[in-house]
Amino acid sequence: MNTPRERQSGWSWWYLLLLIQFIGSLWVPFYNKIDPTWIGIPFFYWYQMLLVVVGAILTAIVYFATDA
Amino acid sequence: MQQINWTALIIFIVLFALITVLGFIAAHWRKGDLDLLHEWGLGGRRFGTVITWFLIGGDLYTAYTFIAVPALAFGAGAIAFFAVPYTVMIYPILFLVFPRLWYVCHKRNYITASDFVRGRFGNRWLALAVAITGIVATLPYIALQLVGLQVVIGGMGVSGSGYAGDLPLLVAFIILAAFTYTSGLRAPASIAIVKDILIYITAFAVVIAVPIELGGFGKIFAAVPPAKLLLASPGLHTTGAYGIYATLALGSALALFLYPHSITGILSASSGHAIRRNAALLPGYSFMLGLLALVGFFAIAAGVGAMPQYAAGFKQFGNNFAVPALFLHTFPSWFVGIAFAAIGIGALVPAAIMSIAAANLYTRNIHREFINGHLTDRQESQIAKWVSLIVKFGALAFIVFVPQQFAIYLQLLGGIWIIQTVPTVMLGVYTRWFNDWALLIGWAIGIGTGTWMFIAAKLAPNYPLAIGGYTLPGYSALYTLVLNLVVAAVLTLLFNAAGKAQPDETVAADYRP
Repeated sequence: MNTPRERQSGWSWWYLLLLIQFIGSLWVPFYNKIDPTWIGIPFFYWYQMLLVVVGAILTAIVYFATDA
Repeated sequence: MQQINWTALIIFIVLFALITVLGFIAAHWRKGDLDLLHEWGLGGRRFGTVITWFLIGGDLYTAYTFIAVPALAFGAGAIAFFAVPYTVMIYPILFLVFPRLWYVCHKRNYITASDFVRGRFGNRWLALAVAITGIVATLPYIALQLVGLQVVIGGMGVSGSGYAGDLPLLVAFIILAAFTYTSGLRAPASIAIVKDILIYITAFAVVIAVPIELGGFGKIFAAVPPAKLLLASPGLHTTGAYGIYATLALGSALALFLYPHSITGILSASSGHAIRRNAALLPGYSFMLGLLALVGFFAIAAGVGAMPQYAAGFKQFGNNFAVPALFLHTFPSWFVGIAFAAIGIGALVPAAIMSIAAANLYTRNIHREFINGHLTDRQESQIAKWVSLIVKFGALAFIVFVPQQFAIYLQLLGGIWIIQTVPTVMLGVYTRWFNDWALLIGWAIGIGTGTWMFIAAKLAPNYPLAIGGYTLPGYSALYTLVLNLVVAAVLTLLFNAAGKAQPDETVAADYRP
């Protein structure tokens, strides 16, 4: 359980990257619009779905950056 | 109601039989002594990254979610999509806070969040407050899982007059109760794998098949009334729907991992490492949830709401019937059986984990702490098993005898209550600065004000907060959490100046690998 890869101590500046998901989620006026649509899906919907993917990628980046 | 759909029903029953067997066999999986509470109630903390992914995914994305979110989109439109930013924000929180909680719980053999609070703050009353909040917030949640099950059973045309109509629900619950009692957390963990695979198959099938049938996403969105397609722009001097959307998402995100069933899922992981990895992997479920929210619009575009064959279903279940109606309309009967089984089994997994989590809390933080401090390990796990049964049948009785709307109100209130443990549990993982009594008073004021706001807003989770000529409608949970934090911080300054704090049995090294 205590593999050497699991070093994790205190603060890392990489964590700030996780803030992007909060800003992207909470800034509602930015994405409450129809255009640009993508394959017929209004911006409001595809933007938030994209945010899920971006959030996962950012978290993975922070994971690898702080866990190595 | 419509005739019984035999093909769907038989496939549904076969899949239920399969997971019943699986639930009992699970007792032997990664075998441990089930007379120990951490074996029965946490699966021996043995689940690696993959099983944790299925378990937490099956735990958080419940049957009720899969029915209610599309139903909200079907009825109210864009606001339902708040579930997506909500589940975007939960994972940074999971990533930053909960590995630390895992480490300290693992090192000190804590089984519940309350165990941690008891050790960290040395105050049994604060620990009791956290335990009771968790139990009370969980019970209506279990009851709502049954709603998901009821809707799909009704969707297959199985009905009866009076209480006989609830018979299938009773059968499903006896199965659930029996395998949870026998196998503990191993049962929902193994069943979650089957359930999640079925849910993914169903979600992708519906997202591919329906747009093809209806002529593409452009036509689907064109069929949605414009007022439902976007949030209404706020008027002057108010943040309007924008504020509601953002505060609902953030407040729900802060609350989610404090629910006992979430914490039970997290603590059953085999390492903090597995949790951090899952913060990047679990968004797979969020993506699917977003797709399923769109299914509410598919149902509008397909026009199932006006079709006479589904009128009885909508009459009985309201908008919650939108998803089942769309499945019945779109898919052949055999696939309807699979999709409905996915939702039905999807109700049992979280219900099992919730009842285990509530049982762990009762046993450790109420019974052991206040009733009998000299329990043997065997007695402790035995009590937890019995409590898990009582909790489940309590939920069943609730859904059969009390109008469903009460369970919904209580579940909404549960969110407002559970978030009040943020300062104690989530901040407590990082800092011991807060005074324990200050936290308890902050908690009480948060609960009181939140409940009052909920009632003042006519039993709704959003309260129109008025500040200097501006109206800020938003999620009461978030507003009252701010109040709770301010009270706890101010009182901490006062109390710490007055006397010495309780001892902390944990040390800094406990929170790291």
